[in-house]
Amino acid sequence: MIEVKNINKSFGKNHVLHDFSAQFEAGQVNLIIGQSGQGKSVLTKCIVGLLEVDNGNVLYDGRDFSQMDRKERKEIRKEIGMLFQGSALFDSMTVEENIMFPLKMFTKMSKAEMQERADFCLERVNLSGRNKLLPAECSGGMQKRVAIARAISMNPKYLFCDEPNSGLDPSTSILIDNLIKEITYEYNMTTVVITHDMNSVIEIGDHIVFIHTGRNWWQGTKEEIIKTDNKEIIDFVYASKFMKNLKGKLG
Amino acid sequence: MNYIVSIGKYFGMLRYVFSRPERFKVYHTRTFSEIETIGINSLAIVAILSVFMGAVISLQTASNMDSPLLPKYTIGYITRSSTILEFSPTIISLILAGKVGSNIASEVGTMRVTEQIDALEIMGVNSLSYLVLPKVIAAVFFFPFLIIISMGLSLVGGYLAVTTTNLASHEEFVYGIRAFFKMGDIVYALVKTVCFAFIITTVSSFFGYYTKGGALDVGKSSTQAVVWSSICILLANFVLTQLLLL
Repeated sequence: MIEVKNINKSFGKNHVLHDFSAQFEAGQVNLIIGQSGQGKSVLTKCIVGLLEVDNGNVLYDGRDFSQMDRKERKEIRKEIGMLFQGSALFDSMTVEENIMFPLKMFTKMSKAEMQERADFCLERVNLSGRNKLLPAECSGGMQKRVAIARAISMNPKYLFCDEPNSGLDPSTSILIDNLIKEITYEYNMTTVVITHDMNSVIEIGDHIVFIHTGRNWWQGTKEEIIKTDNKEIIDFVYASKFMKNLKGKLG
Repeated sequence: MNYIVSIGKYFGMLRYVFSRPERFKVYHTRTFSEIETIGINSLAIVAILSVFMGAVISLQTASNMDSPLLPKYTIGYITRSSTILEFSPTIISLILAGKVGSNIASEVGTMRVTEQIDALEIMGVNSLSYLVLPKVIAAVFFFPFLIIISMGLSLVGGYLAVTTTNLASHEEFVYGIRAFFKMGDIVYALVKTVCFAFIITTVSSFFGYYTKGGALDVGKSSTQAVVWSSICILLANFVLTQLLLL
Protein backbone atom coordinates (compact mmCIF):
# COMPACT_ATOMS: atom_id res chain seq x y z
CA MET A 1 0.00 0.00 0.00
CA ILE A 2 1.13 3.53 -0.74
CA GLU A 3 0.02 6.38 1.50
CA VAL A 4 0.38 10.00 0.57
CA LYS A 5 -0.02 12.37 3.50
CA ASN A 6 -0.52 16.12 3.19
CA ILE A 7 2.02 16.71 0.47
CA ASN A 8 2.61 20.16 -0.94
CA LYS A 9 4.62 21.01 -4.00
CA SER A 10 5.35 24.42 -5.50
CA PHE A 11 7.40 25.64 -8.43
CA GLY A 12 8.27 29.20 -7.48
CA LYS A 13 4.94 30.95 -6.93
CA ASN A 14 3.00 28.20 -8.67
CA HIS A 15 1.53 26.03 -5.90
CA VAL A 16 0.74 22.76 -7.70
CA LEU A 17 -0.20 20.34 -4.91
CA HIS A 18 -2.15 21.50 -1.87
CA ASP A 19 -2.13 19.25 1.19
CA PHE A 20 -2.73 16.23 -1.00
CA SER A 21 -3.55 12.99 0.80
CA ALA A 22 -4.60 9.63 -0.62
CA GLN A 23 -4.21 5.89 -0.12
CA PHE A 24 -3.45 3.41 -2.88
CA GLU A 25 -4.25 -0.16 -1.91
CA ALA A 26 -2.31 -3.27 -2.92
CA GLY A 27 -3.88 -5.65 -5.43
CA GLN A 28 -5.98 -2.85 -6.90
CA VAL A 29 -5.74 -0.64 -9.94
CA ASN A 30 -5.76 2.87 -8.49
CA LEU A 31 -6.51 5.60 -11.01
CA ILE A 32 -5.60 9.25 -10.74
CA ILE A 33 -7.80 11.24 -13.07
CA GLY A 34 -8.29 14.93 -13.71
CA GLN A 35 -7.97 17.61 -16.33
CA SER A 36 -4.61 18.63 -17.76
CA GLY A 37 -2.57 20.94 -15.56
CA GLN A 38 -4.17 19.86 -12.28
CA GLY A 39 -1.05 18.18 -10.92
CA LYS A 40 -1.40 14.50 -11.81
CA SER A 41 2.09 14.03 -13.23
CA VAL A 42 3.65 16.19 -10.51
CA LEU A 43 1.91 14.04 -7.90
CA THR A 44 3.26 10.83 -9.45
CA LYS A 45 6.76 12.28 -9.74
CA CYS A 46 6.58 13.29 -6.06
CA ILE A 47 5.45 9.79 -5.07
CA VAL A 48 8.31 8.07 -6.93
CA GLY A 49 10.84 10.68 -5.82
CA LEU A 50 11.65 12.23 -9.19
CA LEU A 51 10.54 15.50 -7.57
CA GLU A 52 11.10 16.43 -3.94
CA VAL A 53 7.97 17.33 -1.97
CA ASP A 54 8.01 20.68 -0.11
CA ASN A 55 6.44 18.97 2.89
CA GLY A 56 4.30 15.95 3.68
CA ASN A 57 5.03 12.23 3.59
CA VAL A 58 4.96 9.37 1.11
CA LEU A 59 4.83 5.94 2.73
CA TYR A 60 5.50 2.66 0.95
CA ASP A 61 4.01 -0.01 3.20
CA GLY A 62 4.73 2.22 6.18
CA ARG A 63 8.27 3.14 5.06
CA ASP A 64 8.56 6.92 4.84
CA PHE A 65 10.11 7.49 1.42
CA SER A 66 10.21 11.28 1.79
CA GLN A 67 12.50 11.04 4.83
CA MET A 68 14.92 8.53 3.30
CA ASP A 69 18.43 9.27 2.06
CA ARG A 70 19.56 8.45 -1.48
CA LYS A 71 20.78 4.96 -0.56
CA GLU A 72 17.57 3.93 1.18
CA ARG A 73 15.48 5.32 -1.68
CA LYS A 74 17.50 3.26 -4.11
CA GLU A 75 16.42 0.09 -2.30
CA ILE A 76 12.73 1.10 -2.47
CA ARG A 77 13.08 1.96 -6.15
CA LYS A 78 14.11 -1.59 -6.91
CA GLU A 79 10.54 -2.48 -5.88
CA ILE A 80 9.03 0.08 -8.26
CA GLY A 81 8.18 -0.40 -11.91
CA MET A 82 7.14 2.52 -14.04
CA LEU A 83 5.53 2.82 -17.43
CA PHE A 84 6.21 6.26 -18.87
CA GLN A 85 3.92 8.18 -21.19
CA GLY A 86 6.44 7.94 -24.04
CA SER A 87 7.55 4.41 -22.99
CA ALA A 88 11.11 5.69 -22.26
CA LEU A 89 12.77 2.61 -23.73
CA PHE A 90 16.54 2.86 -24.12
CA ASP A 91 16.80 3.35 -27.85
CA SER A 92 20.35 2.04 -28.17
CA MET A 93 19.28 -1.34 -26.74
CA THR A 94 17.15 -4.10 -28.24
CA VAL A 95 13.81 -5.07 -26.72
CA GLU A 96 15.46 -7.95 -24.89
CA GLU A 97 18.34 -5.81 -23.59
CA ASN A 98 15.84 -3.25 -22.30
CA ILE A 99 14.09 -5.93 -20.26
CA MET A 100 17.35 -7.47 -19.06
CA PHE A 101 18.84 -4.11 -18.09
CA PRO A 102 17.50 -3.90 -14.49
CA LEU A 103 18.35 -7.59 -14.00
CA LYS A 104 21.93 -6.95 -15.14
CA MET A 105 22.26 -3.96 -12.84
CA PHE A 106 20.73 -5.34 -9.67
CA THR A 107 20.63 -9.12 -9.66
CA LYS A 108 23.23 -11.84 -9.74
CA MET A 109 21.35 -13.85 -12.34
CA SER A 110 23.32 -15.76 -14.93
CA LYS A 111 22.92 -14.83 -18.59
CA ALA A 112 20.69 -17.87 -19.16
CA GLU A 113 18.45 -16.94 -16.22
CA MET A 114 18.16 -13.35 -17.46
CA GLN A 115 17.31 -14.62 -20.91
CA GLU A 116 14.65 -16.88 -19.46
CA ARG A 117 13.17 -14.00 -17.45
CA ALA A 118 13.16 -11.69 -20.49
CA ASP A 119 11.43 -14.38 -22.57
CA PHE A 120 8.86 -14.87 -19.82
CA CYS A 121 8.14 -11.13 -19.57
CA LEU A 122 7.84 -10.81 -23.34
CA GLU A 123 5.48 -13.76 -23.45
CA ARG A 124 3.44 -12.16 -20.67
CA VAL A 125 2.89 -9.07 -22.85
CA ASN A 126 2.29 -11.15 -26.01
CA LEU A 127 5.54 -10.20 -27.69
CA SER A 128 7.31 -13.55 -27.86
CA GLY A 129 10.01 -13.71 -30.49
CA ARG A 130 10.44 -9.94 -30.76
CA ASN A 131 13.59 -10.02 -28.63
CA LYS A 132 15.99 -8.58 -31.15
CA LEU A 133 13.94 -5.63 -32.36
CA LEU A 134 15.08 -2.10 -31.59
CA PRO A 135 12.52 0.26 -30.00
CA ALA A 136 12.50 2.32 -33.21
CA GLU A 137 11.31 -0.78 -35.08
CA CYS A 138 8.32 -1.25 -32.75
CA SER A 139 4.90 0.36 -33.05
CA GLY A 140 3.58 2.61 -30.23
CA GLY A 141 1.53 -0.22 -28.74
CA MET A 142 4.46 -2.62 -28.89
CA GLN A 143 6.70 -0.06 -27.20
CA LYS A 144 4.19 0.28 -24.36
CA ARG A 145 4.09 -3.49 -23.97
CA VAL A 146 7.88 -3.71 -23.94
CA ALA A 147 7.90 -0.97 -21.30
CA ILE A 148 5.43 -3.01 -19.22
CA ALA A 149 7.64 -6.08 -19.67
CA ARG A 150 10.65 -4.07 -18.48
CA ALA A 151 8.66 -2.68 -15.56
CA ILE A 152 7.66 -6.17 -14.35
CA SER A 153 11.03 -7.82 -14.98
CA MET A 154 12.13 -7.22 -11.37
CA ASN A 155 8.79 -8.40 -9.90
CA PRO A 156 7.92 -4.96 -8.55
CA LYS A 157 5.57 -4.41 -5.62
CA TYR A 158 4.48 -1.04 -6.97
CA LEU A 159 3.64 -0.16 -10.55
CA PHE A 160 3.13 3.38 -11.84
CA CYS A 161 1.70 4.06 -15.27
CA ASP A 162 1.71 7.59 -16.68
CA GLU A 163 -1.03 7.85 -19.28
CA PRO A 164 -0.53 4.34 -20.68
CA ASN A 165 -3.08 4.88 -23.45
CA SER A 166 -1.87 8.16 -24.86
CA GLY A 167 -1.35 7.99 -28.61
CA LEU A 168 -2.84 4.51 -28.96
CA ASP A 169 -5.85 3.36 -30.95
CA PRO A 170 -8.90 2.15 -28.95
CA SER A 171 -8.25 -1.58 -29.40
CA THR A 172 -4.58 -1.29 -28.38
CA SER A 173 -5.65 0.88 -25.42
CA ILE A 174 -7.97 -1.88 -24.22
CA LEU A 175 -5.16 -4.39 -24.65
CA ILE A 176 -2.79 -2.29 -22.52
CA ASP A 177 -5.51 -1.66 -19.90
CA ASN A 178 -6.27 -5.35 -19.60
CA LEU A 179 -2.60 -6.16 -19.33
CA ILE A 180 -2.16 -3.67 -16.47
CA LYS A 181 -5.23 -5.08 -14.74
CA GLU A 182 -4.11 -8.70 -15.14
CA ILE A 183 -0.59 -8.20 -13.84
CA THR A 184 -1.88 -6.14 -10.91
CA TYR A 185 -4.13 -8.96 -9.75
CA GLU A 186 -1.63 -11.69 -10.67
CA TYR A 187 1.28 -10.22 -8.67
CA ASN A 188 -0.83 -8.37 -6.05
CA MET A 189 0.87 -5.11 -6.97
CA THR A 190 -0.05 -1.63 -5.86
CA THR A 191 -0.77 -0.07 -9.23
CA VAL A 192 -1.24 3.66 -9.77
CA VAL A 193 -2.38 4.77 -13.21
CA ILE A 194 -2.67 8.36 -14.40
CA THR A 195 -5.22 8.68 -17.14
CA HIS A 196 -7.58 11.00 -18.99
CA ASP A 197 -9.31 8.10 -20.65
CA MET A 198 -12.81 7.47 -19.29
CA ASN A 199 -12.80 4.12 -21.02
CA SER A 200 -9.90 3.08 -18.77
CA VAL A 201 -11.79 4.33 -15.73
CA ILE A 202 -14.70 2.06 -16.55
CA GLU A 203 -12.54 -0.89 -17.69
CA ILE A 204 -9.90 -1.15 -14.99
CA GLY A 205 -10.51 1.38 -12.19
CA ASP A 206 -10.87 -0.22 -8.76
CA HIS A 207 -10.20 2.96 -6.82
CA ILE A 208 -10.35 6.38 -8.41
CA VAL A 209 -8.85 9.64 -7.18
CA PHE A 210 -10.03 12.81 -8.90
CA ILE A 211 -7.46 15.59 -8.67
CA HIS A 212 -8.58 19.16 -9.14
CA THR A 213 -6.59 22.36 -8.48
CA GLY A 214 -3.89 20.19 -6.89
CA ARG A 215 -6.26 18.80 -4.27
CA ASN A 216 -7.77 15.37 -3.71
CA TRP A 217 -11.18 16.54 -4.86
CA TRP A 218 -12.99 13.23 -4.79
CA GLN A 219 -12.26 9.51 -4.41
CA GLY A 220 -14.32 6.40 -4.79
CA THR A 221 -15.13 3.47 -7.08
CA LYS A 222 -16.11 3.49 -10.75
CA GLU A 223 -19.74 2.83 -9.81
CA GLU A 224 -19.68 5.86 -7.53
CA ILE A 225 -18.06 8.19 -10.07
CA ILE A 226 -20.90 7.60 -12.55
CA LYS A 227 -23.52 8.43 -9.93
CA THR A 228 -21.80 11.38 -8.28
CA ASP A 229 -23.34 14.84 -8.47
CA ASN A 230 -19.99 16.60 -7.96
CA LYS A 231 -19.99 19.36 -10.58
CA GLU A 232 -16.26 19.18 -11.43
CA ILE A 233 -16.42 15.43 -11.93
CA ILE A 234 -19.55 15.69 -14.08
CA ASP A 235 -17.77 18.33 -16.20
CA PHE A 236 -14.79 16.01 -16.59
CA VAL A 237 -16.57 12.70 -17.11
CA TYR A 238 -19.26 13.98 -19.46
CA ALA A 239 -17.09 16.43 -21.37
CA SER A 240 -17.38 14.45 -24.61
CA LYS A 241 -20.53 14.35 -26.72
CA PHE A 242 -20.37 10.56 -26.73
CA MET A 243 -20.49 10.34 -22.94
CA LYS A 244 -23.30 12.93 -22.80
CA ASN A 245 -25.33 10.92 -25.31
CA LEU A 246 -24.60 7.72 -23.42
CA LYS A 247 -25.77 9.32 -20.20
CA GLY A 248 -28.93 10.55 -21.95
CA LYS A 249 -29.67 7.08 -23.33
CA LEU A 250 -29.07 5.40 -19.98
CA GLY A 251 -31.15 8.04 -18.24
CA MET B 1 24.14 34.84 -10.28
CA ASN B 2 23.02 32.19 -12.75
CA TYR B 3 26.64 31.41 -13.62
CA ILE B 4 27.51 30.83 -9.96
CA VAL B 5 24.50 28.52 -9.55
CA SER B 6 25.50 26.62 -12.69
CA ILE B 7 29.10 26.22 -11.51
CA GLY B 8 27.82 24.88 -8.18
CA LYS B 9 25.47 22.52 -10.01
CA TYR B 10 28.34 21.34 -12.21
CA PHE B 11 30.50 20.40 -9.21
CA GLY B 12 27.46 18.82 -7.54
CA MET B 13 27.04 16.72 -10.68
CA LEU B 14 30.69 15.58 -10.53
CA ARG B 15 30.11 14.24 -7.01
CA TYR B 16 27.47 11.84 -8.36
CA VAL B 17 29.44 11.03 -11.51
CA PHE B 18 32.33 9.72 -9.42
CA SER B 19 30.27 7.82 -6.87
CA ARG B 20 30.67 4.06 -6.71
CA PRO B 21 29.19 2.28 -9.76
CA GLU B 22 26.38 -0.24 -9.18
CA ARG B 23 27.81 -2.97 -11.41
CA PHE B 24 31.41 -2.72 -12.65
CA LYS B 25 30.85 -5.19 -15.48
CA VAL B 26 28.15 -3.02 -17.07
CA TYR B 27 30.35 0.09 -16.77
CA HIS B 28 33.26 -1.80 -18.25
CA THR B 29 31.22 -2.72 -21.35
CA ARG B 30 29.89 0.82 -21.66
CA THR B 31 33.39 2.30 -21.42
CA PHE B 32 34.58 0.22 -24.39
CA SER B 33 31.52 1.23 -26.36
CA GLU B 34 32.25 4.90 -25.57
CA ILE B 35 35.89 4.50 -26.62
CA GLU B 36 34.57 3.47 -30.00
CA THR B 37 31.96 6.24 -30.20
CA ILE B 38 33.98 9.21 -29.00
CA GLY B 39 37.51 8.01 -29.66
CA ILE B 40 37.90 5.66 -32.61
CA ASN B 41 35.14 7.41 -34.58
CA SER B 42 37.10 10.68 -34.27
CA LEU B 43 40.28 9.22 -35.78
CA ALA B 44 39.46 10.22 -39.36
CA ILE B 45 38.73 13.88 -38.66
CA VAL B 46 41.78 14.16 -36.39
CA ALA B 47 44.00 12.60 -39.06
CA ILE B 48 42.78 14.86 -41.88
CA LEU B 49 42.99 18.02 -39.78
CA SER B 50 46.44 17.16 -38.44
CA VAL B 51 48.03 16.52 -41.84
CA PHE B 52 46.77 19.82 -43.24
CA MET B 53 47.50 21.73 -40.04
CA GLY B 54 51.12 20.51 -40.07
CA ALA B 55 51.47 21.34 -43.77
CA VAL B 56 50.14 24.89 -43.29
CA ILE B 57 52.32 25.55 -40.23
CA SER B 58 55.47 24.50 -42.06
CA LEU B 59 54.57 26.47 -45.21
CA GLN B 60 53.79 29.61 -43.22
CA THR B 61 57.00 29.26 -41.25
CA ALA B 62 58.98 28.87 -44.47
CA SER B 63 57.27 31.85 -46.09
CA ASN B 64 58.09 34.08 -43.13
CA MET B 65 61.79 33.15 -43.04
CA ASP B 66 63.27 36.09 -44.93
CA SER B 67 66.62 36.26 -43.17
CA PRO B 68 69.35 34.12 -44.77
CA LEU B 69 70.91 33.86 -41.29
CA LEU B 70 68.13 31.55 -40.16
CA PRO B 71 68.99 27.92 -40.88
CA LYS B 72 66.45 25.90 -42.91
CA TYR B 73 66.05 23.36 -40.14
CA THR B 74 64.16 26.09 -38.24
CA ILE B 75 61.12 25.16 -40.34
CA GLY B 76 61.12 21.65 -38.88
CA TYR B 77 61.90 22.94 -35.39
CA ILE B 78 59.04 25.47 -35.37
CA THR B 79 56.61 23.01 -36.92
CA ARG B 80 57.44 20.46 -34.21
CA SER B 81 57.30 22.94 -31.35
CA SER B 82 54.03 24.59 -32.33
CA THR B 83 52.42 21.26 -33.14
CA ILE B 84 53.40 19.53 -29.92
CA LEU B 85 52.96 22.47 -27.59
CA GLU B 86 49.81 24.02 -28.94
CA PHE B 87 48.22 22.90 -32.18
CA SER B 88 47.73 19.21 -31.50
CA PRO B 89 46.57 19.33 -27.88
CA THR B 90 44.59 22.58 -28.01
CA ILE B 91 43.27 22.96 -31.55
CA ILE B 92 42.41 19.28 -31.90
CA SER B 93 40.71 19.39 -28.49
CA LEU B 94 38.67 22.37 -29.66
CA ILE B 95 37.67 20.40 -32.75
CA LEU B 96 36.79 17.43 -30.54
CA ALA B 97 34.74 19.75 -28.30
CA GLY B 98 32.66 20.44 -31.40
CA LYS B 99 32.36 16.86 -32.58
CA VAL B 100 32.29 14.86 -29.35
CA GLY B 101 30.79 17.59 -27.15
CA SER B 102 27.74 18.15 -29.32
CA ASN B 103 27.31 14.39 -29.67
CA ILE B 104 27.36 13.87 -25.89
CA ALA B 105 25.05 16.81 -25.13
CA SER B 106 22.49 15.79 -27.74
CA GLU B 107 22.60 12.12 -26.71
CA VAL B 108 22.17 12.83 -23.00
CA GLY B 109 19.71 15.68 -23.69
CA THR B 110 17.53 13.43 -25.82
CA MET B 111 17.56 10.83 -23.08
CA ARG B 112 16.42 13.54 -20.67
CA VAL B 113 13.51 14.82 -22.74
CA THR B 114 12.33 11.31 -23.66
CA GLU B 115 12.30 10.36 -19.95
CA GLN B 116 14.99 7.69 -20.36
CA ILE B 117 16.98 9.31 -17.55
CA ASP B 118 13.88 9.26 -15.33
CA ALA B 119 13.50 5.58 -16.19
CA LEU B 120 17.08 4.94 -15.01
CA GLU B 121 16.45 6.85 -11.78
CA ILE B 122 13.21 4.97 -11.10
CA MET B 123 15.09 1.68 -11.46
CA GLY B 124 17.50 2.89 -8.79
CA VAL B 125 20.41 3.44 -11.18
CA ASN B 126 22.67 6.42 -10.53
CA SER B 127 22.01 7.92 -13.95
CA LEU B 128 24.85 10.44 -13.79
CA SER B 129 27.44 7.82 -13.01
CA TYR B 130 25.99 5.34 -15.51
CA LEU B 131 25.83 7.83 -18.38
CA VAL B 132 28.76 10.15 -17.77
CA LEU B 133 31.52 8.15 -16.07
CA PRO B 134 32.17 5.77 -19.02
CA LYS B 135 32.40 8.82 -21.33
CA VAL B 136 34.90 10.54 -19.03
CA ILE B 137 37.04 7.42 -18.68
CA ALA B 138 36.91 6.74 -22.44
CA ALA B 139 37.93 10.30 -23.32
CA VAL B 140 40.62 10.63 -20.68
CA PHE B 141 42.08 7.29 -21.76
CA PHE B 142 41.76 7.66 -25.52
CA PHE B 143 42.25 11.36 -26.29
CA PRO B 144 46.00 11.22 -25.49
CA PHE B 145 46.35 8.53 -28.20
CA LEU B 146 44.46 10.75 -30.62
CA ILE B 147 46.76 13.66 -29.82
CA ILE B 148 49.91 11.54 -30.23
CA ILE B 149 48.59 10.42 -33.63
CA SER B 150 47.79 14.04 -34.43
CA MET B 151 51.35 15.12 -33.53
CA GLY B 152 52.84 12.45 -35.78
CA LEU B 153 50.56 13.22 -38.71
CA SER B 154 51.12 16.98 -38.39
CA LEU B 155 54.85 16.42 -38.73
CA VAL B 156 54.24 14.15 -41.72
CA GLY B 157 52.05 16.85 -43.27
CA GLY B 158 54.71 19.48 -42.63
CA TYR B 159 57.42 17.26 -44.04
CA LEU B 160 55.46 16.54 -47.23
CA ALA B 161 54.61 20.22 -47.70
CA VAL B 162 58.17 21.53 -47.44
CA THR B 163 59.94 18.69 -49.22
CA THR B 164 57.58 18.60 -52.20
CA THR B 165 57.87 22.39 -52.61
CA ASN B 166 61.66 22.35 -52.12
CA LEU B 167 61.48 24.84 -49.24
CA ALA B 168 63.74 22.53 -47.21
CA SER B 169 65.45 19.23 -47.78
CA HIS B 170 64.59 15.93 -46.09
CA GLU B 171 67.70 16.17 -43.88
CA GLU B 172 67.05 19.79 -42.86
CA PHE B 173 63.44 19.17 -41.89
CA VAL B 174 64.20 15.99 -39.95
CA TYR B 175 67.12 17.67 -38.20
CA GLY B 176 64.77 20.53 -37.21
CA ILE B 177 62.23 18.11 -35.80
CA ARG B 178 64.90 16.48 -33.64
CA ALA B 179 66.68 19.68 -32.60
CA PHE B 180 66.46 20.77 -28.94
CA PHE B 181 63.81 18.13 -28.23
CA LYS B 182 62.53 18.01 -24.65
CA MET B 183 60.46 15.08 -23.40
CA GLY B 184 58.79 17.52 -21.03
CA ASP B 185 56.96 19.09 -23.99
CA ILE B 186 55.20 15.81 -24.74
CA VAL B 187 54.31 15.35 -21.08
CA TYR B 188 52.96 18.92 -20.99
CA ALA B 189 50.87 18.27 -24.11
CA LEU B 190 49.45 15.03 -22.73
CA VAL B 191 48.62 16.57 -19.34
CA LYS B 192 46.72 19.29 -21.18
CA THR B 193 44.95 16.70 -23.32
CA VAL B 194 43.77 14.74 -20.29
CA CYS B 195 42.40 17.95 -18.73
CA PHE B 196 40.69 18.94 -21.97
CA ALA B 197 39.17 15.47 -22.34
CA PHE B 198 37.74 15.77 -18.85
CA ILE B 199 36.36 19.24 -19.61
CA ILE B 200 34.77 18.23 -22.93
CA THR B 201 32.96 15.19 -21.52
CA THR B 202 31.80 16.66 -18.21
CA VAL B 203 30.76 20.09 -19.50
CA SER B 204 28.87 18.56 -22.44
CA SER B 205 27.21 15.98 -20.19
CA PHE B 206 26.24 18.77 -17.79
CA PHE B 207 24.38 20.69 -20.50
CA GLY B 208 22.78 17.51 -21.83
CA TYR B 209 21.74 16.18 -18.44
CA TYR B 210 20.03 19.36 -17.31
CA THR B 211 18.16 19.93 -20.57
CA LYS B 212 14.55 20.97 -20.03
CA GLY B 213 11.86 20.98 -22.68
CA GLY B 214 11.90 19.34 -26.09
CA ALA B 215 13.84 18.88 -29.28
CA LEU B 216 14.56 22.59 -29.65
CA ASP B 217 16.10 22.69 -26.18
CA VAL B 218 18.29 19.67 -26.98
CA GLY B 219 19.69 21.70 -29.87
CA LYS B 220 20.30 24.67 -27.57
CA SER B 221 22.02 22.47 -25.01
CA SER B 222 24.22 21.04 -27.71
CA THR B 223 25.29 24.51 -28.83
CA GLN B 224 25.90 25.64 -25.25
CA ALA B 225 27.95 22.50 -24.61
CA VAL B 226 30.27 23.28 -27.52
CA VAL B 227 30.58 26.98 -26.62
CA TRP B 228 31.28 26.40 -22.93
CA SER B 229 33.59 23.43 -23.51
CA SER B 230 35.63 25.62 -25.87
CA ILE B 231 35.76 28.51 -23.41
CA CYS B 232 36.76 26.18 -20.57
CA ILE B 233 39.46 24.59 -22.76
CA LEU B 234 40.95 28.00 -23.54
CA LEU B 235 40.88 29.04 -19.87
CA ALA B 236 42.41 25.74 -18.78
CA ASN B 237 45.02 26.06 -21.51
CA PHE B 238 46.07 29.43 -20.11
CA VAL B 239 46.21 28.18 -16.53
CA LEU B 240 48.08 24.97 -17.42
CA THR B 241 50.61 26.84 -19.53
CA GLN B 242 51.31 29.15 -16.61
CA LEU B 243 51.62 26.22 -14.22
CA LEU B 244 53.58 23.77 -16.36
CA LEU B 245 55.74 25.84 -18.69
CA LEU B 246 56.65 29.01 -16.83
